[in-house]
Amino acid sequence: MHQILTLAKKEFRSYFDSPVAYVVITLFLLISGWQFSTTLFLSNTADLRTLFGIIRFILLFFIPALSMRLISEEKRLGTIELLMTLPIKDWQLILGKFLAAYLLVIITILLTLVHYVTIASLGEPDFGATVGGYLGLILVVGVYLSIGIFTSCLTHNQIVAFIVSFVIIFIFFIIDKVIIFFPGFIGNLLEFLSTDYHFNNVARGVIDTRNLIYYATMMFLFLFLAVQSLESRKWK
Amino acid sequence: MISVQNLTKYYGPTLAVDNVSFEIEKGTVVGFLGPNGAGKSTTVRIITCYLSPSSGSVTVDNNDIMTESLEIRKKIGYLPESAPLYPEMNVVDYIKFMREMRRGSTSPNGKRIKEVLDICGLGGVVGKRIGELSKGYRQRVGLAQALVHDPEILILDEPTVGLDPNQIIEIRNLIKELGREKTVILCSHILPEVEATCNRVLIISEGSIVADGTPDELQTSFEGKTKISVQIKGNIDTLDEKLLRLEGIERIVNSKPLGSDILEIDLEAVKDIDPRESIFNLCVENKSILMEMKREQTSLEDIFRKLTRKDM
Repeated sequence: MHQILTLAKKEFRSYFDSPVAYVVITLFLLISGWQFSTTLFLSNTADLRTLFGIIRFILLFFIPALSMRLISEEKRLGTIELLMTLPIKDWQLILGKFLAAYLLVIITILLTLVHYVTIASLGEPDFGATVGGYLGLILVVGVYLSIGIFTSCLTHNQIVAFIVSFVIIFIFFIIDKVIIFFPGFIGNLLEFLSTDYHFNNVARGVIDTRNLIYYATMMFLFLFLAVQSLESRKWK
Repeated sequence: MISVQNLTKYYGPTLAVDNVSFEIEKGTVVGFLGPNGAGKSTTVRIITCYLSPSSGSVTVDNNDIMTESLEIRKKIGYLPESAPLYPEMNVVDYIKFMREMRRGSTSPNGKRIKEVLDICGLGGVVGKRIGELSKGYRQRVGLAQALVHDPEILILDEPTVGLDPNQIIEIRNLIKELGREKTVILCSHILPEVEATCNRVLIISEGSIVADGTPDELQTSFEGKTKISVQIKGNIDTLDEKLLRLEGIERIVNSKPLGSDILEIDLEAVKDIDPRESIFNLCVENKSILMEMKREQTSLEDIFRKLTRKDM
């Protein structure tokens, strides 16, 4: 356990040692703020629903960009060899990296709370929906990141990792928007697999265990695949 | 301490290590010697639990690499080939990080870290980013992270690559010193390095061990004929035949005159016979002057080349 935190701490610091963290946070806030402010007075409602929509869309690109280097960079530098001969298990390694990236993204997302302050000064936003929305975002991001870290394990090329994770994330993002073509059981199944469907439930402020189980399962699944892919190196 | 039994490793269809077995006792410095691509690094990667063997077993202190790998990893300090490091971290943070990861304890021992930085000659660059360091310093940082948790076993894969001659000698002395209390495995394709530091040499070629012993043992067992070269002045006309009649001289490899009355001759003598005395006496009898005589011994280098050349 101690090693997971040591690794996470080192990873988190490394975001700030290089320009990565500053670039990610600044760009994210700029784009989301710009998009949010241009639509705010058009819709003329005091809620953050449009903001959450924008953030979910931006994250489609941001999370792959952030997660692509997590393992592939170690492979490129060769440091993976040292890391994997340390007395830690492979899952501890993945979890340490995951936690560091997760923390950075959560902080970035929570920085958009300034917009809540703006809204609250103009009208009366629904507090429950806001909390639900942020919780939903944090859960969605966890899934995106675990997909990102999995694809980063597959290659030592960051660009490949970026593209593959973007595609997988995009599929889970778009899947509930195409269900009109698939009526009945398949439609329901696709809907259930979609990250956005569960987000909308959580964002209403109604937190159902089904939604939580979905997010937990997805995160676990992709982190598990990441560990498996890391371990497969031993047998190549 | 380290026991390797029938170790075999395939990379896809390529055989990298072929049925290798050996034991390493505690407190020895063992050199893995072999040309590039011989399987040294692969063997070491299996011992450090980075790769799994295709078949065979490896145990370290009776812990198996497959089932008790964490126990083994705790005991090992490892410097991989080309010393991979994080360029954006600074030296002291990196060493602290590696110590914490290896020991799994909260208290970074400042004294030990300073000690290791001093041993590896990193005192002047502690605050610098690793990416800014020269190759030699990076190699030392790699060595420092392998030593920082005071491991029982030290595994160094090509530790002196990219260092200047003075640094090489420093590192070699350091390895020798560490070898007094630790078990050290040193991979190298540089002979003098292994000769200077190791008390046991395993020569590896194409995935197999082709020789195993102390540098002296290897020299004796592979020593073939003694080679002698002489320069003799005066009365050189029938010297060749006379030399051939001496006991133990097998053949004359080369005989060429230097100037009008000096002859340079290379001889081969039978193993275990030293004909130098009789050559001297012959010259006295023949009223010739012995200008120069030297005996050449088979060096470890010859053995190495003989064993690892692919066309033989």
